[in-house]
Amino acid sequence: MDAAKATPIKRSRRITKTDIQQFLLRGRAFIALILVVVVFTSLSPQFLNAENLVIMSKHVATNALLAIGMTFVILTGGIDLSVGSIVGLTAMIAGGLINEGIRIDALGVIVYPHTWTIIVISLIAGTLMGAISGIVITRFNVAPFIATLGMLYVARGFAGLRNNGYTFPNIIGRPEFGNTGFERLGAGDFLGINYSIWIMAIFAVIAWFVTTRLPFGRHVYAIGGNERSAELSGVRINTTKTIVYMISGFCSAMVGLIIASQLVAAHPATGETFELNAIAAVVLGGTSLAGGRGSVGGTLIGAFVIGVLGDGLVMLGVSSFWQKVIKGAVIVLAVIIDQVQARMQERIALQQQQEQM
Amino acid sequence: MSEAQETQTAVMEAALQEDVILRAENITKVFPGTVALDQVTFNVYTGKVNVLVGENGAGKSTLMKILAGVEQPTRGRVLLDGKEIRLRSPLDAVRYGIGIIYQELNLCPNLSVVDNIFLARELAQRGVIDKKAEKQQARELVRRLEQNIDPDALVSDLRIGQQQIVEIAKALAQDVRILIMDEPTSALSAAEVEVLFRVIRELKAHGVSIIYISHKLEELLQIGDYITVLRDGHLVAHEPTDGIDVPWIIERMVGRNPAALFTRKDHKIGDVLLRVEDLTLPRHGGGYLLDHVSFELRAGEILGFYGLMGAGRSDLVDCLAGARPEASGRLFLNGQEVKGKSVAERIAAGFVLVPEDRQRDGLVPTLSVAHNMLLASLNKYMNKLFLQKKKEQQAVDKLISDLSIRVANPQQTITSLSGGNQQKVVVAKGLLTEPRVLMLDEPTRGIDVGAKSEIFEIMSRLALQGYGVLFISSELKEILAMSDRILVMSKGAITGEFTREEASEEKLVAASAVGHGPANSGNHNNGRKNQNGRS
Repeated sequence: MDAAKATPIKRSRRITKTDIQQFLLRGRAFIALILVVVVFTSLSPQFLNAENLVIMSKHVATNALLAIGMTFVILTGGIDLSVGSIVGLTAMIAGGLINEGIRIDALGVIVYPHTWTIIVISLIAGTLMGAISGIVITRFNVAPFIATLGMLYVARGFAGLRNNGYTFPNIIGRPEFGNTGFERLGAGDFLGINYSIWIMAIFAVIAWFVTTRLPFGRHVYAIGGNERSAELSGVRINTTKTIVYMISGFCSAMVGLIIASQLVAAHPATGETFELNAIAAVVLGGTSLAGGRGSVGGTLIGAFVIGVLGDGLVMLGVSSFWQKVIKGAVIVLAVIIDQVQARMQERIALQQQQEQM
Repeated sequence: MSEAQETQTAVMEAALQEDVILRAENITKVFPGTVALDQVTFNVYTGKVNVLVGENGAGKSTLMKILAGVEQPTRGRVLLDGKEIRLRSPLDAVRYGIGIIYQELNLCPNLSVVDNIFLARELAQRGVIDKKAEKQQARELVRRLEQNIDPDALVSDLRIGQQQIVEIAKALAQDVRILIMDEPTSALSAAEVEVLFRVIRELKAHGVSIIYISHKLEELLQIGDYITVLRDGHLVAHEPTDGIDVPWIIERMVGRNPAALFTRKDHKIGDVLLRVEDLTLPRHGGGYLLDHVSFELRAGEILGFYGLMGAGRSDLVDCLAGARPEASGRLFLNGQEVKGKSVAERIAAGFVLVPEDRQRDGLVPTLSVAHNMLLASLNKYMNKLFLQKKKEQQAVDKLISDLSIRVANPQQTITSLSGGNQQKVVVAKGLLTEPRVLMLDEPTRGIDVGAKSEIFEIMSRLALQGYGVLFISSELKEILAMSDRILVMSKGAITGEFTREEASEEKLVAASAVGHGPANSGNHNNGRKNQNGRS
């Protein structure tokens, strides 16, 4: 009995107009990216040279990292508004640790941790901030929008408090303290490609693997699709949701470190409004704000579209005000196309149902 | 009460027998304001189908939720193999081998069939999901249920009946010792129910104990071994099903004579109220959902629509209600053509639909009973700019008493009402728009016997008042008892028309199968496909 093969549900049929429409709509983010690249290349010949590509990728990397974390959150149907502030606070934590160390009054000494230790401490700090948001959301039943809005203010406030609103300048450490080398994170490269781009790539691959191959990833989708069903199936809703905000916090901390390192300074206003760019990249990449639908790959493409669009417009000398207008229009347009596709998919599904009956 | 106590004692004694695998003992569950279960003892016999019946609100679902770990009892204990167990979460229940198929479909629409079947129980090798193995097993499960569902298809793309099959497959995938089925057949066709029953017998043979809840009483007698009846949170009967018949069950359930279930007053049928000509709804990608449908409805007439799922009955009333602007065809109300195409215009013209999916299309769950009722007719209570509280109040109060909606306070949220009362609120909402044609799409789906009887009474009264009533139902008995005339649909077309006198179950079923059988499939690609699926 080979019933499964004998009753193919996807029949081979000729490629119809709907198929082409579907293909174009599904790959719309990618098509948009190609379109943007082509347009800018034709308008500005140096757009596609290697140096420019690397610079653009560097710009994209930080937003993409935030957007990867944000993708997890949005897939569960949540939102994380605090990522920009966590970027700022972790930058200040790292900068402070390098320049001032940890003062232990009881012993009257100042401990200067090793650069690696600082990086780890900062990442843990960012993850913990995410955990706090997650716990507030799950245990105290606060809407994610509100909980992370709170975290946005609190983290930004602490970022300012850390050094009374001043910047930690020149955070390169001192050889005698053994805490040098922080600037290499932002400036160093491997095989001619900046570390931040590698980090983005590694995070993206891990995130892709987690979302598609691990039970955790599937639970994330399930919660976004139908939280009650996921709960009744035995998915640990609260734990999963908390972890999702921790992932976002972790990604934000990574970005905080990269930016502080690139600037060789930690400024308390680092990362302001980054959350909006991250959300835009996620949405542009086809992830539904209602949760349950989307992918890491889409987010990455979304981040590239936004980054390339921004840099390209700068190169063409378009005013920053017009840049904002264009970016806003592109985001809304993307969601409109998303809706069109969803409706079309529904129609096709309906049609197939009819055929099966 | 003494009868109930006797039953209780009998149940206690029965429990001493060895073949009771699971036993809920003296369970009391108190919710704010109500006692959902009062000292109920329920035995589940090993390898048997243990049927649980009762009206909505009798406490069945609460009892099931306790056994599934979703709710915790206020008092009482649960014994598995004679040992007390604690079920604090659905995960605990799974650990003890208790699986449940919920009444409301509990699937993630955004995930594929495979992903849903293995949700929270993913087959993983060193932490990584083994998609191949999952798909393989899913395919086997679906095959065991004799269905033709692509394991990679998104659940949202499946018909409701198919979704229910997935839900069943999901439970089967767990290798359970005890399987709770809460209304598993509410969206299944007769053929699919047969398959389900075969699977249930197979499970029984493997020693799986089944707890089976349904409102379809004939079905219960067909599949059940033991029957337990709950009424208002009390245990009223617990017996083997041999020698038990439907009237016996209904009597225990409602505590009164079942003959009064279908209340149909003789009413005078008037002139033609609605004439539908060539109503056509194209299907995207060719063909028709509604294929040039024409019919007439008279004032004071209850016109029944029977057909299989997907026959186009719901599409038909959706079109009349204005929910499908792409439909073409002409409508005449009292001889005058209805021009408006939008829902608002159709409501103004006198069409109103009580939709099939009450939760999704009929009610706003966050609003109160009163606000839900008024939603479709707010402009009637406007004083130029403001809503007039007093006028609203009067209208709401009148309908609550007219339809005897059981509600403590109209400001109560709609979700606190039982299914039957929610349905009455939807009907009330429709009536407040002062319609002339009332369309009821499966109005009795998922509501208990008592509420059904009340809905029928309301229908009958409305016909008497001269409304034209379109009544869609998949329950043959209902449609035969209530309709003045019955139209049968199949594949978007009307395939039979019967007066009350000529109609019989056999005739309706035969007409509903037109275009489905092998004999007619020659020119239907669809028909051929179906055959493949069943072979």
